[in-house]
Amino acid sequence: MEGMAIRLQNLRKTFGRTEAVAGVELEIADGEFFSMLGPSGSGKTTVLRMIAGFEAPTSGTVELAGSDVTRLAPFERDVHTVFQDYALFPHMTVEQNVAYGLKVRKVPKPERLKQAREALASVRLADFGTRRPSQLSGGQRQRVALARALVGRPKVLLLDEPLGALDLKLREQMQVELKAIQREVGITFVFVTHDQEEALTMSDRIAVFNQGRVEQVGTPAQIYERPATPFVAGFVGTSNLLTDDAAEQVVGDRATYSIRPEKIRVLKESALADEPRHSRATGTVAEVVYLGDATRFLVDLDAGGRLTALQQNLETSSEDVAAFRGSRVTLQWHQRHNFRVPGTR
Amino acid sequence: MNLSRPARITVRIAAALGFAVIYVPLLLVLINSLNPDRSSGWPPPGLTFDWWVDAWHSSGARGALWTSLKAGLGATAIALVLGTLVAFACQRYKFFGREAISFVVVLPIALPGIVTGVALNTAFRTVLEPLGVGLGLFTVIVGHATFCIVVVFNNVIARLRRMPGSYEEAAMDLGAHTFRTFVDVTFPLVRSALVAGGLLAFALSFDEIVVTTFTAGPGVQTLPVWIFSNMARPQQAPVVNVVAAVLVLLSVIPIYLAQRLSSDTASGSRI
Ligand SMILES: Nc1ncnc2c1ncn2[C@@H]1O[C@H](COP(=O)(O)OP(=O)(O)OP(=O)(O)O)[C@@H](O)[C@H]1O
Ligand SMILES: [Mg+2]
Repeated sequence: MEGMAIRLQNLRKTFGRTEAVAGVELEIADGEFFSMLGPSGSGKTTVLRMIAGFEAPTSGTVELAGSDVTRLAPFERDVHTVFQDYALFPHMTVEQNVAYGLKVRKVPKPERLKQAREALASVRLADFGTRRPSQLSGGQRQRVALARALVGRPKVLLLDEPLGALDLKLREQMQVELKAIQREVGITFVFVTHDQEEALTMSDRIAVFNQGRVEQVGTPAQIYERPATPFVAGFVGTSNLLTDDAAEQVVGDRATYSIRPEKIRVLKESALADEPRHSRATGTVAEVVYLGDATRFLVDLDAGGRLTALQQNLETSSEDVAAFRGSRVTLQWHQRHNFRVPGTR
Repeated sequence: MNLSRPARITVRIAAALGFAVIYVPLLLVLINSLNPDRSSGWPPPGLTFDWWVDAWHSSGARGALWTSLKAGLGATAIALVLGTLVAFACQRYKFFGREAISFVVVLPIALPGIVTGVALNTAFRTVLEPLGVGLGLFTVIVGHATFCIVVVFNNVIARLRRMPGSYEEAAMDLGAHTFRTFVDVTFPLVRSALVAGGLLAFALSFDEIVVTTFTAGPGVQTLPVWIFSNMARPQQAPVVNVVAAVLVLLSVIPIYLAQRLSSDTASGSRI
């Protein structure tokens, strides 16, 4: 198919009795930054390994750029991987590591050294070529792994939680850099993570995995605002659901509704119901969490259930915030933020 | 760990005694090989290299040394090939009976040499002799290989266990086919384990006597067997001392090297 970098059809993989991947259908477009998001053990790595060719599917097919590669070995696929543990060859220097893929493809030595140096410069490691991987920090290793995978300009780059081992600051910095590199080289990135924030901020599209299946594929906004299943609603963002009686009383429909915490305003109980087309619910503040730039209110509703509301700290300080605990409040939000979760009554 | 003073002294004395029991006799062998007194009288009345010269000219000792080297190298070669293959199979592939195989490979080192010796002797005589292959150097090599495989296997499998499979996957991912991956990545990473295993295997073979006795044909004498059969002859005593000293040196060197190689890699970074 035109413009399609990867196509997975009814992909399955069983290990003994565990069904790691249970029928995955995915199409990833050329040049896309595509994330696979899901809890631990949901089959993300296994799908990635089947795309790379390290694992043979139990059934189903893997297509790369329109041709079926299901039976091809890893070295016959135009795909490179950034491993979770980086897998830099310990007996080679950084430069040799980066040049290895070119060496295998018989690129002449001066040319491959030049390309390796350029790749190292592009990840800001120009002066580290002669070191061994063991002499680098975690973040530097990660960038070497990236340079090694990028230098051969593969059509597709697979990244398995490449930022998992980094501390928060470096992680955020690398997220920005990765995204910049991807835009620059225009290669298709398939990025595995179980960090929803990471997936939401970096991706063009996200596939949410659960128990070996894809629950939903969509843009970050679609996934976040319009979760297709109760699982996605619960896994992405703070789970904020109105069910049964509470939904009936507040929304007027006995089903499951998801409301994003930042859409909810916290008002004094006495506040007048003057705004049209808003849903309102009264309750008692059970917990207040001061987050620095914002405050999270956990409110036990009179109608039953609990909602979380996130308020920017525009004027409030930490002292004001604590006073709210145990007080009576009214929650109010626009009706368009009542999202009925499909597949529920 | 902090020990009380008396405890510390006790531990030191025990350690010193232990080392003395092991190493003083070895030192005596070395000294006696330079002792001019034919019956190794004490203290040595002087210093002589006559016995070393005698030993050098003793055709029996030289022949035995040569046989030992051939047996050691042969057994080591077999052990390297088979031990490595089995270690890879057990570590990299899941198959029915994998645990059993690794147990069976390790067992010979625990079996009493005399059992292995008798068993091999019977087996060779019933299987090989009808084929026209008698007991000789070849059977010694095979006999030694049974326990040499263990040390190679253990060294290689320990290395493979510590080495994540993702190195090889990374190589293949970058376009290296199976053989290329082995040459460029796998082999360099297990090389020092192979050398260490090989050196230990050689050392094991070089001073083996029980299995050798049962598997060597009439005319085949390894160095330890030669020593054993000459020890009782007072005439030969000094030469035996020399040969024993040589044997000690030749076994110490590979073990020292093997230790350095494996501690080198245990620290991780330099492989
Ligand atoms: N080689 C294997 N042998 C047996 N079971 C396996 C193997 N690899 C994965 N599994 C199982 O398959 C399931 C999916 O594993 P996978 O590694 O794909 O999950 P994941 O989504 O990557 O999780 P994580 O976020 O923890 O990395 C798990 O239940 C796992 O135990
Ligand atoms: Mg994983």
